[in-house]
Amino acid sequence: MDLHPIDAAPTPEERAAIDLVLGLATSGWEGGERRPELDGHVAYGGTEQARSRRHLLLPALHAVSDRVGWISRGALGYVSQRLSIPPAEAYGVASFYAMLSMQERPRTLVHVCDDIACRANGAEDLCAAMERTDLGPAAAWTRSPCLGLCEAAPAALIQRSGSNHGDPWPAVGKATAETLRDALTTNPSPPATFVKRNVAPSLLRRVGKVDPTSLDEYRAHGGYQALRVAVGLGPEGVTREVKDSKLLGRGGAAFPTGLKWEAVAKQPVRPHYFVCNADESEPGTFKDRVLTEGDPFALIESLTIAGYATGSDQGYVYLRGEYPLAHERLRHAIEQCRARGFLGDDVMGEGFAFDVELRRGAGAYIAGEETALFNSIEGFRPEPRNKPPFPVERGLFGKPTGINNVETLMNVLEILRIGGAAYARIGTPDSTGVRLFCLSGCVERPGLYEVEFGTSLRELLALAGGVRGGRPILAVLLGGAAGTFVTPDELDLRLTFEDTRAAGAALGSGVVMVFDDSVNLGDILLRIARFFRDESCGQCVPCRVGTVRQEEALHRLAAANGSRDRELLLLTEVGQAMRDASICGLGQTASGAILSAITKLGAFGGAR
Amino acid sequence: MTAIPVGPPRRLVELTIDGQTTRVPEGTTVLEACRSLGIDTPTLCYLENLTPVNVCRVCVVEVEGARVLAPACSRKAEAGMVIQTDSERVRLSRKLVLELLASSVDVSLAPASPGYLERYQADPDRFGDAATVAQPPKIDNDLYVRDYSRCILCYKCVEACGVDAQNTFAIAVAGRGFDAHISTEFDVPLTESACVYCGNCIGVCPTGALMFRSEHDMREHGTWDETQQTTVDTICPYCGVGCTLELHVQDNEIVNVTSPLDHSVTSGHLCIKGRFGWQFVQNRPSP
Repeated sequence: MDLHPIDAAPTPEERAAIDLVLGLATSGWEGGERRPELDGHVAYGGTEQARSRRHLLLPALHAVSDRVGWISRGALGYVSQRLSIPPAEAYGVASFYAMLSMQERPRTLVHVCDDIACRANGAEDLCAAMERTDLGPAAAWTRSPCLGLCEAAPAALIQRSGSNHGDPWPAVGKATAETLRDALTTNPSPPATFVKRNVAPSLLRRVGKVDPTSLDEYRAHGGYQALRVAVGLGPEGVTREVKDSKLLGRGGAAFPTGLKWEAVAKQPVRPHYFVCNADESEPGTFKDRVLTEGDPFALIESLTIAGYATGSDQGYVYLRGEYPLAHERLRHAIEQCRARGFLGDDVMGEGFAFDVELRRGAGAYIAGEETALFNSIEGFRPEPRNKPPFPVERGLFGKPTGINNVETLMNVLEILRIGGAAYARIGTPDSTGVRLFCLSGCVERPGLYEVEFGTSLRELLALAGGVRGGRPILAVLLGGAAGTFVTPDELDLRLTFEDTRAAGAALGSGVVMVFDDSVNLGDILLRIARFFRDESCGQCVPCRVGTVRQEEALHRLAAANGSRDRELLLLTEVGQAMRDASICGLGQTASGAILSAITKLGAFGGAR
Repeated sequence: MTAIPVGPPRRLVELTIDGQTTRVPEGTTVLEACRSLGIDTPTLCYLENLTPVNVCRVCVVEVEGARVLAPACSRKAEAGMVIQTDSERVRLSRKLVLELLASSVDVSLAPASPGYLERYQADPDRFGDAATVAQPPKIDNDLYVRDYSRCILCYKCVEACGVDAQNTFAIAVAGRGFDAHISTEFDVPLTESACVYCGNCIGVCPTGALMFRSEHDMREHGTWDETQQTTVDTICPYCGVGCTLELHVQDNEIVNVTSPLDHSVTSGHLCIKGRFGWQFVQNRPSP
């Protein structure tokens, strides 16, 4: 392969930012200074070695974007040359992510969430006010999908670029145009999340109580006791406890965690990897942000246990790009753990190796799909892979890989603390343990609620103080945009895997979003349709075009334009084809919430 | 392909397709198994000489016990599989895939398109005033034209430009969702890109989005007439590799060059000389 370089040079600022990630170029072959005595006609290390660094593509693009705010031709060309990536492919990757810009833009960008939870809390008014606000020449604002700050709706995130790598980008809760304009020059404190623990084994027990930046504090509050237990049990013993606990994945697919771990451990191919999926981007979901910000050491400890049990010595955390504070806390925690021997070649002196690499997403819902996430880490476009083969057999870098959501992993600490069998006695027989629910929308006290499985929707809403202002409920969205609506008649639904499945719903990522009768349901459905159109990766036809046709049909329905029956048939058929024929879960669930609103809630005059 | 398989003999797996039981070597795809039974399965993004990418989803089949449909082109046959290729679910998905494509892309030059649309009673017009990928063709060089208003994003050209044939990597998929498109870096013209004009992307394009400049110009002038064309097989005269060329001739002029997909030397792929370097043949002395 002969690389055809881009005919543009990086600015010194861009080059410095990239070199900070990739190190200095060692030869003229990879974009450094050409030294005739060394470079001559020989490429030391060869392209194989250079290509093996492709996984550094996204970190390098982040570095440029963080420094200058966008990806210029010169910068992309330099990154391509340093990593031996064809420029067309690097462009294909960079142009995928919403947070990376291929055009020059102001160095400060305010992402104003106009997604469903924020819509129910005045996001459109906020956007209208932003239209009238002068942010000055150095800043701009843009509409954003869910930022995972739903409990503080309407919310915004301020993306800053520049050379001062100081504080993480600020998030602003209960935002107004004034507070956002002020936040451009000050550093507002992050919105506080209301957290309610209602259970004995609790993932939230340290959140808000223990200093998330102190390893000593973490250890003083039970930290690293679970890993001690794990080492006593041995890898098979740990997996047995997790299997006994009957823990099901909390990311949305509800796969038995113990089985997954066992399947990875059994693979003869080496190395094994273990990945923590912290790319939660499902509209209405913020639990993993709260966990990661509030208890980062617990995430590292549980990932270490997973690595130990599955024979993986390298772990990855893929955190969504919209979570700068969580990133900072996790980065700091990993550093501490390395310095103190909790990560490294000899973890806690127990004779096994494990390290964690932190990766940051760049604005792509689809990157939370596990195989798309692998592609993103590897430096490819985050397009989902076809399954089979499944990740346990061929995952990250083509090797056997375990992958769990943050909440799932953190449950393992509690399982090892009280024992798998004891954990299995909590909740219901088929949904064991505790669950985090993200309450948002029109509730009195939005926030993160931790309850035993078996709690009903009505009880959960009561914990949150009921509907805001005592208004009647119009609908509750379970599981986020990829979930389904339930009606006010279904409040006695027990929030377990089995009960929701029987009711034709799903818990998904634990979203419980309440809409009262002041909300325009049609407007919410249009936003959901726009979300899927924007977030489809574009790989397969049913999803790429289907999400567009779905949105168009909803617009015609909203405008009462044309035959309603024809549009409803069209939505049903497009929805079925997306569900049946799409490659991944995004397309397969892109019509669920909308169709449930039409059939169960009579939205747009659908059959009720 | 005349390549002779080496290595240990493959185990046979038994599966049932549309009620017929068949045994195929392990590793065979469902599509190959269907074809061996004479079951006609539509494909768009699949081509024998490329790695299946299973993105068009028109070949989906129903596998008993599976939650969703599976792409026949890449799903390997497994022992005990029970497959339906013409169930109601399969027909609906295939119909919708065809409707979605034909409503957003100009498929009028896709040879397979009319037959498929008719077979699945697809009605692309029922989406009304729908968004399309319509755009003017990109004409930035003398050899070929890129008309992305005809592009169904099957990834074949990217594969042919990349590891499946040419290893040039001049083009890739950029953007995402409905805005995803085939592009050079920053959408620069081909002449500024890594393109080496092998034309292998044209060779694999199923919809005429990539086309010889000669064909494009003749179509513009209304002189393109496939009924008046004959095909002449020959061996490329340029080097010793011995690529078979199929010369498409109209009015005693070479208007197009292809190579057979199943040819052991080329697998359908050529280089710039074999693909485009034939003007000298018709360089007749002026009268």
